[in-house]
Amino acid sequence: MDAKEMIARRVAKELKDGYMVNLGIGLPTMVADYLEADLTFQSENGMLGMGCKPEEGQEDRDITNAGAQPVTIVPGGMYFDSAYSFALIRGGHVDVTVLGALQVDETGSLASWMIPGKMVPGMGGAMDLVTGAKRVIIAMQHTAKGAPKVLKKCTLPLTAVGVVDMIVTELCVFKFLEGKLTLTELSEGVTLDDVAAATEADFDIMI
Amino acid sequence: MNKICSMEECVKLVKPGYTIMVGGFLGVGSPHRIIDALVKAGADNLTLICNDTAMEDVGVGKMVVNKQFKKIITSHIGTNKETGRQLMAGETEIELVPQGTLAERVRAAGAGLGGVLTPTGVGTIVGEGKQVLEIEGKDYLLEMPLHADVAIIFGTKVDKSGNAFHSKTTRNFNPLMAMAADTVIMEAEEIVEVGEIDPHLVMTPATLVDYIVEGGK
Repeated sequence: MDAKEMIARRVAKELKDGYMVNLGIGLPTMVADYLEADLTFQSENGMLGMGCKPEEGQEDRDITNAGAQPVTIVPGGMYFDSAYSFALIRGGHVDVTVLGALQVDETGSLASWMIPGKMVPGMGGAMDLVTGAKRVIIAMQHTAKGAPKVLKKCTLPLTAVGVVDMIVTELCVFKFLEGKLTLTELSEGVTLDDVAAATEADFDIMI
Repeated sequence: MNKICSMEECVKLVKPGYTIMVGGFLGVGSPHRIIDALVKAGADNLTLICNDTAMEDVGVGKMVVNKQFKKIITSHIGTNKETGRQLMAGETEIELVPQGTLAERVRAAGAGLGGVLTPTGVGTIVGEGKQVLEIEGKDYLLEMPLHADVAIIFGTKVDKSGNAFHSKTTRNFNPLMAMAADTVIMEAEEIVEVGEIDPHLVMTPATLVDYIVEGGK
């Protein structure tokens, strides 16, 4: 199983029946493939009840996800405009958002939308999602080209301050328990030393 | 009053230096025929307010490639390399706005509000230079309304008076922008008689729409 699949499978266990969930583009989208719960996906371009990819030839160009890829809507779903969509997001009606990040730090802040002078894609809906969702799960690979991504303090421009509840990587799971970054699970075959070597942040251990 | 106009008449309404809003989300629900005509007509020095700058060959992305904007107010430019290049080269001013804040700033202008208070962006560079207000112990940024000279939007089914139904995820920013501009131009995929759209399904009311252009499928 590759790193991304491991991460997606672990995040899927956090999603419970009845939740309203928004998954980011990329790795977070893969979480939908491993779901065990009966829940509702929100898509910030204006849909509740987003379904899977349509079969080839069945695409409807008027139904897309937030990455403009064709999707479907499940029975009981609905559409709305962008203000309503972000009222749901900012208003605390989304139970869980799963997003990627470039950096997360031990205070629960994250950076995910720009590398000054190099790459400035913009924040899209990410700032609103991490600010408004009841629970923020970051799904990402533990390091980038060998460099730690879980830091003492983010060095890139922040997406939001102190909002992350959980980090899932291919090596381990961190939770913020009473505000403290805490290692709660190790992946099979991974040691504490492995995590410590790949992590800059200080963390408590509660396994 | 006849609101249906030709594409030629319609593009003349967008004058150099104007601030324009364009509906759509990565090109889904964008007024593609009007955009193509604006690329040909070439009005420049414009300020764009749009969710994103789509792709180089899709939607407003084509106007970016054609260098028609001096400033772009948007939430995402990552799908259009030319926008990124213009930003890095200092050719175009880009104001990046969180998507929910962008929606609310447009809504505020249309709803007669002097701004909105949002927790999004507090403690980030988005909040730099903005007023922070503490309400019941929580910090909020004061975000100002966004108004345009012209809004160019898309309707799936539009009656001859301008009432519009926006199908599925094409709705996005279209009804909001219709509230927030001096002049509203609607590209209609299909034009129907008044009364043919069930009133329950009218998402943008005729009174907000000044001009209708038939765009087809």
